[in-house]
Amino acid sequence: MNIELTGIIATFLLTLVIAIPLGKYLAKVFAGEKVWTDFLKPLETGIYKLSGINIKEQMNWKQQLKALLTINILWLFYGFFVLIFQDKLPFNPDGNPGMTPDLAFNTIISFVANCNLQHYSGESGVSYLTQQYVLMFLQFVSAATGIAAAVVLFKAFRDKTTTELGNFWEFFVKSITRLLLPLSFVMALILTFNGTPASYEGKDQFISLQGDTVHVSRGPAAQMIAIKHLGTNGGGYFGANSAHPFENPSYFTNMVELIAQVIIPIAMVIAFGYFIRRKKLAWTIFGVMTIGLFMLLIPMLSSELGGNPALAKMGISQTTGAMEGKEVRFGPAASAYWATVTTIISTGSVNSMHDSTMPMSGTWQLLGMMINSFYGGCGVGLLNYFIYLIVAVFISGLMVGRTPEFLGHKVEAREIKIAAIITLLSPFLILAGTAIASYIFTSHGDAAWAVQPKNWLNNPGFHGFSEMLYEMTSSNANNGSGFEGLGDNNIFWNLSTGIVIFLGRFLPIIGPVAIAGLLGAKKFIPESAGTLKTDTKTFALMTFAVILVLNALSYFPALALGPLAEYFTMLK
Amino acid sequence: MKKYIIQSIRLTLVLLVLLCVVYPVTVAFIGKMSNGNGGGEKITKNGKTVGYALLGQSFSKPQYFWGRPSAVAYNAAGSAGSNKGPSNPDYLKEVQSRIDTLLKYNPGIKKSDIPADMVTASGSGLDPNISEQGAAIQIQRVAKARNIDEKKVKELIAMNTLKPFMGVFGPSSVNVLKLNLALDEL
Repeated sequence: MNIELTGIIATFLLTLVIAIPLGKYLAKVFAGEKVWTDFLKPLETGIYKLSGINIKEQMNWKQQLKALLTINILWLFYGFFVLIFQDKLPFNPDGNPGMTPDLAFNTIISFVANCNLQHYSGESGVSYLTQQYVLMFLQFVSAATGIAAAVVLFKAFRDKTTTELGNFWEFFVKSITRLLLPLSFVMALILTFNGTPASYEGKDQFISLQGDTVHVSRGPAAQMIAIKHLGTNGGGYFGANSAHPFENPSYFTNMVELIAQVIIPIAMVIAFGYFIRRKKLAWTIFGVMTIGLFMLLIPMLSSELGGNPALAKMGISQTTGAMEGKEVRFGPAASAYWATVTTIISTGSVNSMHDSTMPMSGTWQLLGMMINSFYGGCGVGLLNYFIYLIVAVFISGLMVGRTPEFLGHKVEAREIKIAAIITLLSPFLILAGTAIASYIFTSHGDAAWAVQPKNWLNNPGFHGFSEMLYEMTSSNANNGSGFEGLGDNNIFWNLSTGIVIFLGRFLPIIGPVAIAGLLGAKKFIPESAGTLKTDTKTFALMTFAVILVLNALSYFPALALGPLAEYFTMLK
Repeated sequence: MKKYIIQSIRLTLVLLVLLCVVYPVTVAFIGKMSNGNGGGEKITKNGKTVGYALLGQSFSKPQYFWGRPSAVAYNAAGSAGSNKGPSNPDYLKEVQSRIDTLLKYNPGIKKSDIPADMVTASGSGLDPNISEQGAAIQIQRVAKARNIDEKKVKELIAMNTLKPFMGVFGPSSVNVLKLNLALDEL
């Protein structure tokens, strides 16, 4: 048991060793200072030239968002049609069919939004062309979109008063050339040399030792698995995601994938502090996020290592912990650590099946996604946290009776309204979505869809409700993991989660960028004795309280109906 | 607006070449030098492929070590876990029947000897490994079916046990396919 804990401690420490210098490096990259990767400049210049982009052109926050949304909408159209017609396009050695329009709608939104909820299975639902030219492509560019949006926010607070927030295309392209692509390249090779397929060969076939004929799905997986983690995307090449022995061959690769998905979200926090020259603020934010990680991780470890009480009652040895849906080579500790980071960060890749984890683990997974800003996804994690910060500034301001200020800019009604709308959006989408799904399940069980609503759930009772709650929460958080027992490839889930993903992605990008743009343009007020300092322990505690109170109030009733009810039933 | 649309289209095309051609093809090319040439490491016996090193296989005959239960019957054209919740009554019945099967075919073991991994389905349905305890409870059966000494079987298990990563990180595991191949070669 102890040997498993040393594994996750080592993984976390290695993550910090890589992420912190990476953050300092990113601050320099986006500030245009000298870095050792400057030899890539000609590549970037070439990209700008071919694309007709002049990076000297400064954009204000509205122009930034226009550029961001334009290119994202373009990807939606491009990907939708390729997915539908993939059967008629080349690079389809396994002869997989084209997607139905509702599945393509869901899949394309899901990948453009960095969510990677998958209602298809990689082996049978997509061709090699779509795996690479649509899905893997979007894993790069959606992560870069999130990072670029966060850099716009950085820009707003670097100088005292400014409306010139840099050039969106420059941030976007640099996120790829200076960060995502080089790291992916190294990681893809590590995976390939540890057993993950990387070639374009189609399905193989062999006769097993006992004489069964076995077909083996293969393909260029390593390339996609690298970016799926680095970009906090999570969409796997194979159906079982990183539980699949090809996607994640050993304990070593498991550590690599765990580290890869956490480094950029942490690095972005550090980069924020270094970029705006307020390092202490970055460390305060990092502290709150890390405490959040451990508060979810420790109870999850305890419930998974403790094993399934129902199996213990049957007399089965639980010394190895809960093993349903887990792989022997990782064990329950590394699986619990993975389940924690993949839900607090919006990766959503899995190395064990969350549907089969213990009820309390399910609670922590859901809560991690509901909060969605303990590190959070590439770039967007910090944007989500920024909203909590603004709310905390506002509430603190009310408590001490002063006009709330953030980094020398007055926070006024307009900014608070935006923050309030974004804060309320998540509970609205998650709870209304789950409510509608529950209503259809109970009242329209016979609807003639690909999967009849009465057959949606793989598990009865409270756990079944958790499956629906998880799906909506994962969609809103742009996480993409699932309680995969849910029969989700039908028109209801494809459309509803598609809409939730879309709103849950773009409004929480537009909101914080708008607030930052508005604040950055305001007059700078120098710090005085009366200023509310946002980099103190007191304020960190305040932010933490805001996060807990907002989420507890919003979601406790839903959690009580699902995983908590299941937990208490199992205690009997 | 129109400017952004044109820039978006051109940038997308450029990035498609960089990210979807240059990057993956380079990795695939270098990957040819890896074990299995980047197509997954195969295990051959008498010149014929009998499996992939990383993929588990279905074993049900008494003379072979059995792997873990699988939700996809070890069909590697797909992959999935059972997605059964921990309190699902049908699932618990299924586990009970797996316990009964193990007890029936492995006389001499106690229920409390059975580790959880032998009665629960893996996440991928293709788990190539079992725990050391999972192998230990099958020694007697395999030795008897093959009419060999239990000590010899134990030795083979030890040889096919993968120790924790660098000796200190994570669990140890036994590769079922490699163990069974070693048995066949005796």
